[in-house]
Amino acid sequence: MNPNYELPLDEADYSFGFLDEFAKREVRRTILKAIAIPGYQTPYASREMPMGRGFGTGGLQLTLSLIGQDDTLKVIDQGSDDSVNAVNLRHFVELTCPGVDTTERTSEATLIQSRHRIPEVELSESQVLILQVPYPDPLVVIEPSEAKRKVMHGEGDYSRLLTKLYEDIVQFDEITISHRYPTRINGHYVIDPSPIPRYDIPRLHRSKALVLLGAGREKKIYAVPPYTVAAPLAFDDVPFRTEDFSDEHGARRTCGRCGADDSFLDELIADDGSKVWQCSDSDYCNQRLAEPSHEVSA
Amino acid sequence: MKKILEVRNLTKIHGRGCPQCIDSTGPEADTNICPHCGSVVAAHGVSFDLHAGEILGIMGESGSGKSTVVKTLYFDDAPSAGEAIVFDEARQWNLFSLNAAEQRWLRNHRLGMVYQNPHLGLNFNVSAGGNIAERLLMSDLSHYGEIRERARRLLERTEVLPERMDESPKKFSGGMQQRVQIAKALATQPPLLYLDEVTTGLDLSVQARILDLILEIQQELNTAMIVVTHDLGVIRLLAGRTIVMKYGRIIESGLTDQILEDPQHAYTQRLVASAL
Repeated sequence: MNPNYELPLDEADYSFGFLDEFAKREVRRTILKAIAIPGYQTPYASREMPMGRGFGTGGLQLTLSLIGQDDTLKVIDQGSDDSVNAVNLRHFVELTCPGVDTTERTSEATLIQSRHRIPEVELSESQVLILQVPYPDPLVVIEPSEAKRKVMHGEGDYSRLLTKLYEDIVQFDEITISHRYPTRINGHYVIDPSPIPRYDIPRLHRSKALVLLGAGREKKIYAVPPYTVAAPLAFDDVPFRTEDFSDEHGARRTCGRCGADDSFLDELIADDGSKVWQCSDSDYCNQRLAEPSHEVSA
Repeated sequence: MKKILEVRNLTKIHGRGCPQCIDSTGPEADTNICPHCGSVVAAHGVSFDLHAGEILGIMGESGSGKSTVVKTLYFDDAPSAGEAIVFDEARQWNLFSLNAAEQRWLRNHRLGMVYQNPHLGLNFNVSAGGNIAERLLMSDLSHYGEIRERARRLLERTEVLPERMDESPKKFSGGMQQRVQIAKALATQPPLLYLDEVTTGLDLSVQARILDLILEIQQELNTAMIVVTHDLGVIRLLAGRTIVMKYGRIIESGLTDQILEDPQHAYTQRLVASAL
């Protein structure tokens, strides 16, 4: 770095968005490359953040490089806006990006940083979804050498990954991957779509919003650009399927709070020991409760 | 007869190599280590043809370069020089000028390899059926029911009990592991199969049954094979033609009967005499 060059600083001695301009520029360049090669794990120089790696540093660096003063940010952790990870990341962005609005409403946000969920409401072309990724490479379970994995990705050689699915069906009569379901992007690269449930995988397919995935510890950024084909790995005669929320009578379980029958449900244990199901996406649940029609039907 | 494989002047040198390497190694020099630069000339000037349905034997002592030849032809190892052409139904493949993706395609679709050590050919972390499924998946089959059915038939064909197809090959005996390896190699019905010391280390009755199986497969599918071995019995039983190698060179080649009954080279004479 040129020692005579002065970093643009704001009054608090930090650049807007905590990262210095060099870092932001590098992340943005990497994002462009990741979008240009859908699904390719683009390496980048993941910066040290004032939080432990593994707590969403990859996603945070993407957010901080993309955010501008006219942006509205929503941060989700497992569907909820109020859990520790989401609250702290939101505070951090409020602190380091003065003037940026934050929101809990999916439809109002321009940038959405999420851990392990994609919002229930369909995203639009003007939104960007940023997912935090712990393990970017789906091949890591079958091949320990990164050099060999790179060759396998390059040649589109995923037969050993499919063999794992085969073994699953042999042993359990179904594919037992519950989250991080390997998904082929644009017909070539298979990605680890971060630990989102299988329920959210179809939302990646031809998504209107740009989906960016950042792994801070593993120093990789990859992307599912808007309107890109995202196909979960499966066999011709054993198709991919999402979580089954039917109860013992075959009826679809509904949210115990808002009554939704079309959302991903979390299973909770109530005070009396019984099981309750509730929307995992807290904003979706709240919006439904706030609707005037809801009052009438309830 | 239809030609399947043509190999010309195949050379493999381990090490830096120097201009004197070739002249100062070989059977006459009685070494394959170059005294000038210390490089190992594993194979030099190996040329042969292989026709459809034919079994070619490569015989020689340890370190004579017989496995090296097969490894380069299966892309396990890159040669230093030479040319090899596989004649496929539709086109010819010039093996050593293919890119990585083409090599992988050819290896997965048109070639098969059975190693001496099942650990090299099988993945012990998945079941026997999974091993065959892996090879079928590599050749772009993606129908679970069909994969399973074909794996079952292949294992039946190679006399592995189909009830054990979902067990790990770890739990199998050496002979059974070798059968699974053969089933895996045959999964895509390759026109060309390499067998590298397949019966070494197995007891005699198991050896005999594996050799029977190989002969049956050759009759049934008309698969061309290269059999690498130091066992004269295997050569006598399987191979129609044989190449004898020493210190990386071919010292004698011809019909198997001819070589075993009337060896011309002093080394082959010693080899045949010592076995009988």
